[in-house]
Amino acid sequence: MSEPVLTIRDLRLAFGGRRGHPVLHGISLHVRAGEKVALVGESGSGKSVTARLAMGLLQESPRVHATGSIRFDGIEAISGGRDIARRRGNRVAMIFQDPTSALNPTFRIRGQFRDVLRSGDRGISAAEADRRAEAALAEVSIPDPKRALDSYAFQLSGGMNQRVMIAMALANRPALLIADEPGTALDVTVQAQTLGLMSDLTEKRGTAVLLISHNLGVVREFSDRVYVIYRGRIVEHGTTAQLFAEPRHPYTRALLAAIPKISGGGLPDLPERSPEFESPLIVHEGCGEPVEARA
Amino acid sequence: MIWKSALRRLGAALIVMVGISMLIFAIARVMPGDPARIALGPNASAAQVAALRAERHLDAPLPIQYWEFVKALSRGDLGKSLYTNRPVTTDIAQFLPATLELVIVSAIIMVLIGLPIGILSAHFRGRLPDHVGRLIALIGVCTPAFVWGVILQLFFGYFWPVFPIEGRLLESTPVPPDVTGFFLVDTLLAGNVPAFFDALHHLILPAVALAMAGLGQTARLTRSNMIEVYDRPYIEMARAYGFRPLRIATRYAFRPAFIPTLTILGLEFAAMLGNAFLVEKVFGWPGISRYGVDVIIRKDLDAIVGTVLIIAAAFLIMNIVVDILVSIINPRIRLAAGRG
Repeated sequence: MSEPVLTIRDLRLAFGGRRGHPVLHGISLHVRAGEKVALVGESGSGKSVTARLAMGLLQESPRVHATGSIRFDGIEAISGGRDIARRRGNRVAMIFQDPTSALNPTFRIRGQFRDVLRSGDRGISAAEADRRAEAALAEVSIPDPKRALDSYAFQLSGGMNQRVMIAMALANRPALLIADEPGTALDVTVQAQTLGLMSDLTEKRGTAVLLISHNLGVVREFSDRVYVIYRGRIVEHGTTAQLFAEPRHPYTRALLAAIPKISGGGLPDLPERSPEFESPLIVHEGCGEPVEARA
Repeated sequence: MIWKSALRRLGAALIVMVGISMLIFAIARVMPGDPARIALGPNASAAQVAALRAERHLDAPLPIQYWEFVKALSRGDLGKSLYTNRPVTTDIAQFLPATLELVIVSAIIMVLIGLPIGILSAHFRGRLPDHVGRLIALIGVCTPAFVWGVILQLFFGYFWPVFPIEGRLLESTPVPPDVTGFFLVDTLLAGNVPAFFDALHHLILPAVALAMAGLGQTARLTRSNMIEVYDRPYIEMARAYGFRPLRIATRYAFRPAFIPTLTILGLEFAAMLGNAFLVEKVFGWPGISRYGVDVIIRKDLDAIVGTVLIIAAAFLIMNIVVDILVSIINPRIRLAAGRG
């Protein structure tokens, strides 16, 4: 088994300083090279925050107090800083919920794409960047890359913007792609198309993916391994097959029961809180922590 | 496309000008006091006053007087000042450039200093540069321009006399040949570099005094708009893709934040034309705002109407310029105008 690209150990986070409001209570997870891992939970469970901490995006704020360890690409990122900043857009990239609002409305795609490529190669010329951007857009099946580059995000459809985002995210061939509820703002068909596209491209390049989602249908389609997160704690961890075949933690069972079924019966209730959900972490066979991380 | 909408706005501005001219024409004439008597002074005879009233059609009904005014205006004639006894257009041509020069230099100071303060404040939100920037902005906003004038004169003209406190040039400096009326331009056109620096030297204190309020407002607006933009997903995206913080501040956050700021900047610029009056008084600056107040006090009818119209025109032109600039930096408006 290959060494993990990302290893998070005992990550704790409080907003508002050391004695502030606790959000994460010791998250541990890892993502190996080329692996597709999902982090599943309802909104407010701490999944997005975990992803942003992993990218070093929150640590700058004086209100954020994070402890534990985030090892990514050979560096420690728990306190943010330049090492992780230099890897953003380059070794790790992110895809957002709503691609249209994640692109700047006052600049054309071209200028933003150039800056993305500059994160990977600071000395890249504008012409070379444009050539690579066109190639990247062609790869995500955008029909007229030149025209897309000359457009503003609000001139393109949500699906097109999602493709642009995927092209930007993968342009510098990152080791890890973090997809935060990708395309939740788009309609289901477009969402499925772009997820398929993301899956193909990352597989082709061996890019690891950490998928943040509340949608178990998407998770089942997409990921190899799943962490279930509940109120700042990982409650169950297993391969996708294991977890869907034999959910053991009460919260996971409740989540799975809450998937709407076409056969009818309406939407089952997911209780907001239950003492059962607080029961300890369950790790499925063969999904233990990597040996390297334990050492 | 942009020009088409600019033309439309110009048309609207003309209609506004007609409205303003009627309003100010009527207001100037219904104010109590006989302009002919004020102009001729208490020693003039009743016959002399009656003669002047007749000469200026002051006894005719208002609509007739307005019609006469419009006819004259179509010839480029704004009438004659009762006080200086010169054509109002001559007076305006003499005083307007001084004010425009002052206001333009103030606007440049306002933008060049106010914007960076706002950007830095937002970038270092909650830290020392932010506190300093906000303090400067607050003091700027709540201190009237004439108080700034007096403070600056006191500190830089008296305690530490490095700037002149009155006029546009030294007595010893020859007035440059009149081309634009802007001394900064005319001195350079005449090739007189020392005179240029003398004019600039005289301009700095009044221009700073006039700029301070707008500068503070600009800094505050830029800061709050930038902070709002920093919370947008596209800024998180810029950070997540490793764009440099300085580049995010000056480019990806600044441009969206500048769109609403620019509209207010235009209003601040226009407000300077009015505020210029007090600064012109304090610094003995021979400008149109001071002239405007003088003629109002003397009930100098044609001069009042002429001055108000000129300032209103400057205001409207400024608004059109701002609208064009906004549509240039805001692609949504620009592209919508292109389609329409």
